[in-house]
Amino acid sequence: MNVYLDNNATTIVDPQVFTEMEPYFVQKYGNPNSLHAFASDTHPGIKAGMEKIYAGINAPREDSVVITSCATESNNWVLKSIYFEYILTGKKNHIMVSEVEHPSVISTAKFLEGLGCKVTYLPINHEGIVDVQSVRDNITDKTALVSVMWANNETGAIFPVEEIGAICKEHGVPFHTDAVQAIGKLPVDVQAFNVDYLTFSAHKFHGPKGVGALYIKKGKELLPLLHGGAQMGGYRSGTLNVAGIVGMGKAMQSAVEALEFEMTAIRKMRDAFEDELLKIADTFVVTPREKRTPNTILISFRGIEGEAMLWDLNRAGIGASTGSACASEDLEANSVMEAIGAAEDLAHTAIRFSLSRYTTQEELDHALGAVHAAVTRLRGISSSYAYTPKDHISGLAEHH
Amino acid sequence: MGIDSLIGGTIWDEYSNKVTNLMNNPQNMGEITEEDAEKMNAKLIVADFGAESCGDAVRLYWAVDPKTDTILESKFKSFGCGTAIASSDTMAELCRGKTVDEAVKITNIDVEFAMRDHADTPAVPPQKMHCSVMAYDVIKKAAAQYKGVDINSFEQEVIVCECARISLSTLQEVIRINDLTTVEQITDYTKAGAFCKSCIRTGGHEIKDVYLVDLLDEYEKEKLSSKASLGNAGAITGDFATMTIVQRIKAVDKVVDENIRQMLVMDGGDMEILDIKENGENFDIYIRYLGSCSGCASSSTGTLFAIENILKEKLSDKIRVLPL
Repeated sequence: MNVYLDNNATTIVDPQVFTEMEPYFVQKYGNPNSLHAFASDTHPGIKAGMEKIYAGINAPREDSVVITSCATESNNWVLKSIYFEYILTGKKNHIMVSEVEHPSVISTAKFLEGLGCKVTYLPINHEGIVDVQSVRDNITDKTALVSVMWANNETGAIFPVEEIGAICKEHGVPFHTDAVQAIGKLPVDVQAFNVDYLTFSAHKFHGPKGVGALYIKKGKELLPLLHGGAQMGGYRSGTLNVAGIVGMGKAMQSAVEALEFEMTAIRKMRDAFEDELLKIADTFVVTPREKRTPNTILISFRGIEGEAMLWDLNRAGIGASTGSACASEDLEANSVMEAIGAAEDLAHTAIRFSLSRYTTQEELDHALGAVHAAVTRLRGISSSYAYTPKDHISGLAEHH
Repeated sequence: MGIDSLIGGTIWDEYSNKVTNLMNNPQNMGEITEEDAEKMNAKLIVADFGAESCGDAVRLYWAVDPKTDTILESKFKSFGCGTAIASSDTMAELCRGKTVDEAVKITNIDVEFAMRDHADTPAVPPQKMHCSVMAYDVIKKAAAQYKGVDINSFEQEVIVCECARISLSTLQEVIRINDLTTVEQITDYTKAGAFCKSCIRTGGHEIKDVYLVDLLDEYEKEKLSSKASLGNAGAITGDFATMTIVQRIKAVDKVVDENIRQMLVMDGGDMEILDIKENGENFDIYIRYLGSCSGCASSSTGTLFAIENILKEKLSDKIRVLPL
């Protein structure tokens, strides 16, 4: 049995979404901007898709939800356009992002830092949640943007976006939130509190890959990142991804409909799975459950390096994830684990299981068996659980 | 870039079958207890290297015959990823049956080579070479324990890039001789910095005493100071004698540029410096005439004496110029 528990990375496309997208490849393939029936055939689908996307985040009609190619594009757009308009012109000199943002925010912030922009990396506390006070302490009249994610991709930790939005409003600073991990898992309403820009991506909620969006509040318009044929009201040029818009619309509609299920049934399954995992000796979870998205578990198994765990799970047909050093290009430890200040010896042991509304109890039972087998085998190999002769002075910590 | 980089893929795709099999079924995983060692009439050695906080740690167990220094049994335990486990396993295998002195000669490169499926295809992707280094270090530690000596006594030279085992002196020499100015050049010439990249600059996985960028800085400063002393002191012979080969070539080049070339070019010729060799207390500068100079009768008499006299005056009276 193969079990997919990596839904924070990407999700299966909802078959209904796929069905709605299908006509826009072979039948209704016109360029929406052309002047003929091939083009106008696509318009009802685009309109319906856009309406569903607006409804999904409760965006007023006068605000903009611009369709992009991915969340990375949306995040790059906000930071770079703010840089062009406010920093490069000398009006402002500073932006703030949390230290555990997605790389599409962190790397962009670092790039802008190299161009002379001051960047504050807001710290997270021992629960993996960004500290509101640090926003208050660091915001100045030269701050051009605050960007803090709605929920963290690794831990599932929900960030205090409402409070941060309020602080930004008080200081007249634009507020951006990357809500990629929030759609379909938490209620997302751009009118419930102050949000100027909000990023999301279809493939995280059972839509297709290659479609993202950026919500932009009226009056907070950005300079375009992509110049060209003036599609999307001139905001974002490039031939419209018709099938993508249709697919994202349907996926958004289904995600909103399934939200209750996600927040109750999936949460319950997640909690039960987590309870079982925590029965294994020497396991640790950082962020409290009630402060997490309902589908996510980040758990450390002492003595087992993350990539080794993924290896064994993969052999058993289980797909999970790790931010562990060894599985990444740069050999650096899990940045979230480091930022939380987790015990050093756990920095390389964190495994993320992320569920979706397609996850079944049977799958979780099977995965639990695979985890038990992997823990037994890998702790059997681990030097952390090895025989130590009585006079031996362990040197397992003196490296570096 | 190129298509392979653009497609990307996962590091697991680059593991050899041997690495995969050893990760799935390590052959030498386990422990040797004091009782086990006693039964073999052997001395038990337990050595640790690494730390969980760094992402990999290994414990090596040896049962060594004290009469022959032979490693009778060799086992490991490891906290680490697949390549760390496979490397530790291979390392333990390579130790068995060897004497302690022989085992100390096993390097991480031997370990990586032993895990290859084909002689010319690396067993692990570049950033994973790092995992085999630990396997090498723990052997040194075990041997040091057995012999009761300091671990550093096994290391003949300072290693800057541990993955490719490139020493400090090699790097300094290669940088000077080839006048290298970038890390990419160092990597092209020596492979240092091609693997886990920790040795390039601070901030990587390993903390080092000296990084590749430091060596480039050091060489850059050296060039600047030699240029400065050349400018100030001009023709002091002592300087030429203590210069490095690169500095000598540059000094000669400068004199040729400023005082000689113009004279040759006016007659439609030119020259190039081929080599500078120390010959007893003399410096033999080998040159080649170009253009109309090559074939000119005075190139081996008048012109040659003029060139030699100028170089003697400006740099060292021990200089002899030899046209080829």
